[in-house]
Amino acid sequence: MASAASSSAAVPFWRAAGMTYITYSNICASLVRNCLKEPYKTEALTREKVHFAVSKWTDGKPQKPTIRSDTPEE
Amino acid sequence: MFRQAPRLLARATSIMRARSFSTDLPAAPTSDSSFVEAWKKVIPNIDAPKTPLSFMQPRPPTPPSIPGKLTVNFVLPYQSELAAKEVDMVIIPATTGQMGVLPGHVATIAELKPGILSVHEGNDVTKYFVSSGFAFIHANSIADVVAVEAVPIDRIDPALVQKGLADFTQKLSTASTDLEKAEAQIGVDVHSALNSALTG
Repeated sequence: MASAASSSAAVPFWRAAGMTYITYSNICASLVRNCLKEPYKTEALTREKVHFAVSKWTDGKPQKPTIRSDTPEE
Repeated sequence: MFRQAPRLLARATSIMRARSFSTDLPAAPTSDSSFVEAWKKVIPNIDAPKTPLSFMQPRPPTPPSIPGKLTVNFVLPYQSELAAKEVDMVIIPATTGQMGVLPGHVATIAELKPGILSVHEGNDVTKYFVSSGFAFIHANSIADVVAVEAVPIDRIDPALVQKGLADFTQKLSTASTDLEKAEAQIGVDVHSALNSALTG
């Protein structure tokens, strides 16, 4: 990603370091969740769970999917 | 001579106002009239198809006088905290500082930084700590605040905040790459904001 040193707009430090706004916002949210008191903290951590499967297709057939999941495999 | 002044002034201002401000726009149209007329000229027997514009709710017109209350919609990805609630004032933690929004506020889009959002209704003040997000204030005194995480202040654990602040301050001094420095800086910012939310 091009550094913003050459443009005249003032960029936030995270943008200058190559981070997008969504990454920044998600980091802020997870830091806040980690600072919560107990029953709320466990509820909040369930909200952070991610589960997705990505498969690349070649010749019209899906290849083995890569699965990213925070839940244990059934 | 001065009897002509209002007429001359009126003429001057009407010439200069070629475009109206977005705050003075009337209600948005619900259908594209030029499309409908062009269709009727070519195909008079069949009704013109509906365009996406006719399925949308039109933008409400800016009321001519400032409304008494601000309507706030405060939403999170998993829940809507406040839905069309009428309040007197909202103070939002914008990146440019704490911004107070009253009814009749100029239309603004503000990026939020980690900080306290307070909703003032009569004598009640409800405070939330917001992680980051945006606030859209429209000309008709409706404010939409969107955030990823927002918690009431009493749900924050002070011990964890102090520990996090110490951790990230240390990471900031030992960080080497730009990305690590940025992450450590974000950590320090968020934890200091949490700290001042607890003490302030």
